This record gives sequence, structure tokens and C-alpha cells, in this order.
Amino acid sequence: MRIAWLRSIGGWFEDRTGLGAAVAVPLTHRVPRRTASWAYVFGSATLILFVVQIATGICLALVYVPSPDQAYESLEYLNYQAAFGWYLRAVHFWGSNAMVLVMTLHMIQVFLFGAHKYPRELTWVAGVLLFMCTLGMAFTGQILRWDQDAYWGLGIGASIISRTPYLGSALVHALLGGPIIAGRTLSRFFTLHVFVVPGLLIGLVGLHLWLVLRLGINEWPMPGRLVDRETYRRRYEAEIEADSVPFFPDAARKDMVGMGVVVLAVLLCAAIFGPNGPHGVPNPTIIDTAPKPDFYFLALYALFALVPPWIEEAIVLVGPPVAIGLLLVLPFLVGTGEKSWKRRPVAVLAVLLIVLTVVTLASLGLVVPWSPVMDAWTGLSTPTRYVTGRTPLELQGALVLQNKQCRNCHALGGEGGRRGPPLDHVATRLTQDQLIRQVLQGGGNMPAYGKNLTPAEVTALVAFMQTLRPENQSPARTATEPGTPGR
Amino acid sequence: MCCTGSDSLPLPPPKSSRRSFLFTLGLALNGVAAALVGIPVIGYLVGPVRRRAEQAWISLGPLQSFPEGQTRLATYENPFRVAWDGATANIPCWVRRIDGERFQIFAINCAHLGCPVRWFAQSRLFMCPCHGGVYYEDGSRASGPPPRGLFEYEYQVRDGQLWVRGGQIPTLSEPA
Repeated sequence: MRIAWLRSIGGWFEDRTGLGAAVAVPLTHRVPRRTASWAYVFGSATLILFVVQIATGICLALVYVPSPDQAYESLEYLNYQAAFGWYLRAVHFWGSNAMVLVMTLHMIQVFLFGAHKYPRELTWVAGVLLFMCTLGMAFTGQILRWDQDAYWGLGIGASIISRTPYLGSALVHALLGGPIIAGRTLSRFFTLHVFVVPGLLIGLVGLHLWLVLRLGINEWPMPGRLVDRETYRRRYEAEIEADSVPFFPDAARKDMVGMGVVVLAVLLCAAIFGPNGPHGVPNPTIIDTAPKPDFYFLALYALFALVPPWIEEAIVLVGPPVAIGLLLVLPFLVGTGEKSWKRRPVAVLAVLLIVLTVVTLASLGLVVPWSPVMDAWTGLSTPTRYVTGRTPLELQGALVLQNKQCRNCHALGGEGGRRGPPLDHVATRLTQDQLIRQVLQGGGNMPAYGKNLTPAEVTALVAFMQTLRPENQSPARTATEPGTPGR
Repeated sequence: MCCTGSDSLPLPPPKSSRRSFLFTLGLALNGVAAALVGIPVIGYLVGPVRRRAEQAWISLGPLQSFPEGQTRLATYENPFRVAWDGATANIPCWVRRIDGERFQIFAINCAHLGCPVRWFAQSRLFMCPCHGGVYYEDGSRASGPPPRGLFEYEYQVRDGQLWVRGGQIPTLSEPA
């Protein structure tokens, strides 16, 4: 009785709107049977994560104040006072991480399955633009978390684009909304993050889905079945005729499971780990900070530290446009031929190489071996085994080593900076003369201490460093000196 | 689904008529409206991008607060601040008083990627926490990735006070 009543209401709406019938057409379109596979779930998983981001983002915007003098306080309010505020912030943060991750998996999958080839070139191009917009959301979102990392991250962004020839300063002004990071800067990042980029994303998602429906989902690639512009569409239609299932529910089942799993994973991470920050207050006069980007940009951050300075400019300015350009023209360069990853060794190697490079750089970005440990000289003690049984002069040298911030870059007993080599065995590598020269003149990434140390300090420091070697290993000596065997 | 046929759009008849006049008028009116909306929008967007010498002299305080031979952190307020800038209106810089009225005022931003450099009086070095750039006491590059020494602000001594010319973030394309 009640069901019949509901049905009649539903019937009335369907009669007036026709929406059910309109949605049914794309929902039940036929797809090749083999595409109802776990490999094909990443796209829909990315989409549902985007929906979660929109929902949580709208909620956060209800409270967030995009103004530099109050943004931080409004985030603290969300974290500690607003009901479920901390949870929505956490879901938004973990959702953004998951979205970048799952979208990357989607991109790798479609590339390995040859989905970018004829006739789906534009689907790929729209996908690349979606990927860039998503990274844009990641960067702008990181700025909205208005803390020290955001403030100095903007400085880093400004420094990077300032290197563009001719346009550098105009681009800096465009990024910051003026000549310096100030009130206008946060407002424009808010506008980008909340209006401009999401608008682009929604439009591009629509185009992407429309193209998938219009051109059909990429069939499961069979080794040896080459894409040919003349025959491809006919063969695809024949496959649909011969062996296909309706997308809903046959293929959508796995998509639904995939969507549920990623969203639940995000919710779980949010519940366990909570929101990210805000970290230190965004007060530029508090300079005891080491800004670090969120994980999506860690690889880039690491790259900046590791490339040799002479090539840095070229990599910064030419690298990103070339990489993006290559991604965009890829389907037009290799639009036909073999689709299966089993017969595309170059494609597989390229993916492996890129993934390994990014993961390696990002993990180095977590460790930051190139950064001085700014408080090592006050926070770490000299290992006792290096000060027992030493002469007063050598002990004085140990003090010099500590007081002159040497530990910020050089480790002793495994603790300290890793920018320079550890000093535990330095006496086996450098002679007294070489030690003096290295301290006074620097070189090989070490500043010269000539002006900053008195001769007495140098003597003491070098005397101490000459004791830094294992018991059973002889000290370094110049090859021309007569050896003293058995010493 | 509707409208999937291949009917061409109802174009205006070739001869001049009231219909074609209205069509042209419609195009023209909307074109004018688009321009009238578009020009101020573009001007508004490009406004902050246009290059202007947005720098001004700001006092860093009396000379006595900078002992000779020392390097100290000082703060100036962005001369072009707006009411909602909050703490971001306070810009730090390193002031080195060489002797008498000879100073060097360094931007806080590393010349590599803009991170805040820190002064270590014991080793007389500036170190950057991001990528390990190091500078000597006089701001010249000592080691690491920076392509040049620290950015230096212009300064002057007036009425017993130290003045700095600031108001923009120093970058490689626009050093302070």
C-alpha cells in the first residue's frame, strides 16, 4: 500500500521531469565485458573523492575567514570549538591526499592500458588538465592553512617564478596580489581555491565524463591488437555487439566497492590522525622555522636542493612546461599502434622511472639530509668517547667544534647535520695540513672559516679532529711522506 | 534526448531586413556590454601586476639599538599595509652595523628560494634551513645553492635613526 503510494509520487515526478529516463541512458550504456574490472575503478574513486572535497570544503568555508589577521584563529576555532570542525578539516586534508594519490593511479592505469590512443586523445588531454587543476588545488589549499609553512611557501613560490625572464616581477606581483605577501595574497588564494579552480574542475570533469560516454570506455588491451584509425571504431562496436554488459549494474559494482573503500579509508585516516595543522603562527618575524611543503610537492622541494646550481634555472623554468607539454601532446605523438602494456616496454619503463624518481625524491624530502640541523650545536652533546683521555688542547677543540655550529652540518656519533660528511673518522681522511686548509678556506660546499676563527681556535679544532679515528686505523698521511709502519 | 538532429542554426536571411537588423543589434549590444564589463575586470585583475616602485622609507629605530660589530634581527612594518594584514605586515630583516654609520641591511629571504635565513653570531654565518644555503657576515654567498649573496635593502641614517627602504619581497627579478 505504502510502496504503491511512493511509486505514484515517483511516477508523477518522472512524468513531469523525465530525469529518470534521461539518467538511465548513460547509466546503462553497454561496455565491453572485460572492462568490468578492478583495474578500472580509479576514475570513479577519484570522482567520489572530489565530491567529498566539495562537501567538506563548503562546510569549512562556512567558518574559515580568508583574512591574514584571522585565518589562523578561525582554523583553531574549527579544530577545537566548532562541532566536528576538526573532523571535517581532517577529512578535507586526507581526502586531498587521497585524491592526488588515486588520480595518479588512474593516470598510470589509463596510460598503461593505452587509453590515451585514438580516438580518446581529448579524454587524456582533459585528464591532464584535471590533474594540473588538482595539484593547483593542493597548492592553494596548503596556503589557506595559513601558518608558517604557508607564509614561507608563498615566498618559495614567488622566488621560483621570479626567475622567469622578463616576466618575473609581474608574475610575482600576480601571485602575491602585490609586491609582498600581505592581505591581498590570502584573498586571492581563497578565490582560486574556492571559486576559480573548482569551477574549472567541475567543467573539466563534465567534459571528461562526456567524452568517456561518447567514445566508449577503453576496451581491455589485447597484445597484438593494434589501434588503426581506419578500423578501430568498427572493431570497438563489434566488441560491444559481441560481448558487453550494461555499465550499471554490471561494471558499476566494482566501482561502487572501490569508491566505498577509498572514502572509508579517508574517513578512517581522518579519525585516527586528525587534521593537519595549522602549525606555527604565520608571523614572519618568527624566523625559527624550516618551511616544508605537503607531500605532493616534496619531490620538487628535494629536486631544488639536489640539482647543481648551474642547471637549476633551466630545470625550474624549462622542466615544468616541457613536462606538461609532453603530457598534453602524448596522445598525438603515439596515438595508434600497440595498446597493451605487455608490448610497450618503453611506456612501462617510463612509468617505473618516473614513479621511482618521484618516490625517491619525496622520501629524501622527508629526511632533508641537505638542510643544516639548526639547533644541533645547542641541542646535541659531544659523544663521551670523543672527549675521554684527550689533552686540554683537544678538549678546547671539541668546544670550538660545538660552539662554531660545525655540528649543524657535520654529524658526530650519528647525530647532527648531514649536509657535510660525518666527522667521526675525519682523521683517517685528512692530514693535519688538509684539515687546516679545509677549515680556513672551506670548499666543496663548506664555507671558509678563515675570518671567523682565531689561530688558537683553529689549532685546537684541528688537534681535536686529528683524534677522530678508530683505534686500529692509522691517520691520513701525504703520499710523499715516509710512512711510519706499525704506528 | 532531444536536439540531436543535424538542423543547421536558423541564420538570419541574407538580405537586410528588420530581422537581420535586430540580430546585428543584439550582437552589437551584447558586444558593447561585454567590453564594458570586461575592461574594468581586466584592469582590476592586472592592477596589482603592473610594476610600480612600491617602496618607502621606514624607521628601524634609534642607532643605539644596533651595537657596532653586531648583526641583529629588526622588524619594520610594511609601509603599504592594509587593516587586515595582521602579523604579516611585520617584515623582519637582519641589520649589521659595521661601524659608525656604516650598515648593511639584509633581507630575511634566502636568495635561493626565499626561506628565512638565520644568523649565527659564533661562526659569523647566515644559514638557510631549507636547502642549506650559507652566507658570510657581509652577506656574500659562502656555500650551497644560492645563486648570489643575500639581498640588501637601501638604508640611510637620519635624525639619529636608521631608515630602511622596504615594502616588497626581494626576489632574483626584483632585488630589494
